[in-house]
Amino acid sequence: MYNRQSATLTPSSDTDSAISTSALCRHFGDLVAVDNVSLSVLPGEIFGLIGSNGAGKSTLIKMLTTLLPPSSGAARVAGFDIIAQAGDVRRSIGYVPQMLSADGALTGYENLLLSARLYVIPRRERAQRIAEALAMTNLTRDADRLVQHYSGGMIRRLEIAQSMLHRPKILVMDEPTLGLDPVARHTVWDDIRALRETRRMTILITTHDMEEADELCDRIALMHHGRIQIIGAPAELKRQVGPEATLDDVFAHYTGLDVEPEGGYRQARQARRSAREHG
Amino acid sequence: MAEYPEIFPVTDYATQMLAVVDAELSKLRHDPMELLSRAVQPALWLVLFGQVMAQVRGLSAGINYLDFLAPGILAQSVLFVAIFYGIAAIWERDLGVLHRYLVSPAPRTALVLGKALSSGARGLSQAVVVYGLAFVLGIQVSLELRHVLGVIAFIALGSALFCTLSLIVACLVKTRERFMGIGQAVTMPIFFASNAIYPIRLMPLWLQAISRLNPLTYEVDGLRAFMLRNGVSTLGIGLDFLVLITIFTGLVAIAARLYPRMGE
Repeated sequence: MYNRQSATLTPSSDTDSAISTSALCRHFGDLVAVDNVSLSVLPGEIFGLIGSNGAGKSTLIKMLTTLLPPSSGAARVAGFDIIAQAGDVRRSIGYVPQMLSADGALTGYENLLLSARLYVIPRRERAQRIAEALAMTNLTRDADRLVQHYSGGMIRRLEIAQSMLHRPKILVMDEPTLGLDPVARHTVWDDIRALRETRRMTILITTHDMEEADELCDRIALMHHGRIQIIGAPAELKRQVGPEATLDDVFAHYTGLDVEPEGGYRQARQARRSAREHG
Repeated sequence: MAEYPEIFPVTDYATQMLAVVDAELSKLRHDPMELLSRAVQPALWLVLFGQVMAQVRGLSAGINYLDFLAPGILAQSVLFVAIFYGIAAIWERDLGVLHRYLVSPAPRTALVLGKALSSGARGLSQAVVVYGLAFVLGIQVSLELRHVLGVIAFIALGSALFCTLSLIVACLVKTRERFMGIGQAVTMPIFFASNAIYPIRLMPLWLQAISRLNPLTYEVDGLRAFMLRNGVSTLGIGLDFLVLITIFTGLVAIAARLYPRMGE
């Protein structure tokens, strides 16, 4: 259903999309950070924007979360125009920025209370929603500690809890596991999957971690130099590149980074594997 | 969205604004040392500078120089505490905390006003320090209720004004390093081109003209009228208040436009 060019190029006509962009562009002076991006994210899917640093993922995310106005093009998030209906977009999404956005000078509970008030969650529901969010992210016992004493994984989980309080339809996460140790990473992945299963949320993440994209995402869009190179399910993309291809191979194939002659991917992988075994 | 009304009613606006205030007050509760460390500067001005300058005859025309100086130093502390908000905003931007505010549906003016109001709370803590010092130094402080309320009003307004000014500067300069430089280049002239530590009539004419455009002058004038027993306003309380509220309103409008750019 995604190989029809016209369908992917004019997704704004697709009103069922959770997120749709058409010819979205963002320039910074001469630099084109996001170049003519048209994509659509379906309700209930975990969609990954992958690419190396500077590929334009974060710029695209900032436009979709209303933090940055586009230079040209249009986008709708939860059915709302990101420029004309920015307030509605903000009410419909939860956002976990790449940087650690929980306030270290406040406790976990105070961070959640701040979010609850900024989103004007009715007073009578606040306590219950905060308690639920703490329980879901397993932070109940640490609720009254200052966040500056939390581990990186705990901060990430708190931020997910903060961005969930107002029950958004769409959760946007920029590099959700950047800088986390493997255990914390898996915990965050479990949280993300749980949100999709229990709340039927649409989740958009960016990552430059191919393992994360492979593990977590139903579909991915590979960005390079601000453009979308290819969109599809990880398994499908791997199959297109070759048998036994990994997402690293897909990445190399479409970005031209690390390109090897025909059959070179497997050789390179074997070489790396044997180097690991012998080294 | 069925859960929230289309247009924010006043109560929602207040909830969002007070959310920002409450977060700032919680930080102060967790780290009261911050306020104590800010008490050093007014103490130095009153105890060292003030004691020496009090020997100069005719500096403050009629009233005791320390009496003259105390409201000026209170205004100065308010200014310096409020200027800290700009650098805090850049810090919050670098950390990512700012983005959490900006992706929320809170109106941008509510976010700016929240910061401005919490600056007032920090300013009031400075007032407690300056009143304490004034008591020790035998300064003729008035504790009459309407005078105290007047001081609170002028501190809240002055703090909010300079906090908002600082946020605007932060939005324009964008980096902490540049803010450090510009912050000094803004606060020191505001301080010296005011009536905080000497009367305007001692200034050369060109500086008198500048000081009449300086919001700190009106802040000091208002505080001088309310803080001291037999305190008098040179410019008129009504004018002081009107000038401050007008400048503040203008600054909030500018800051609310610039603040979202910090998140880009």
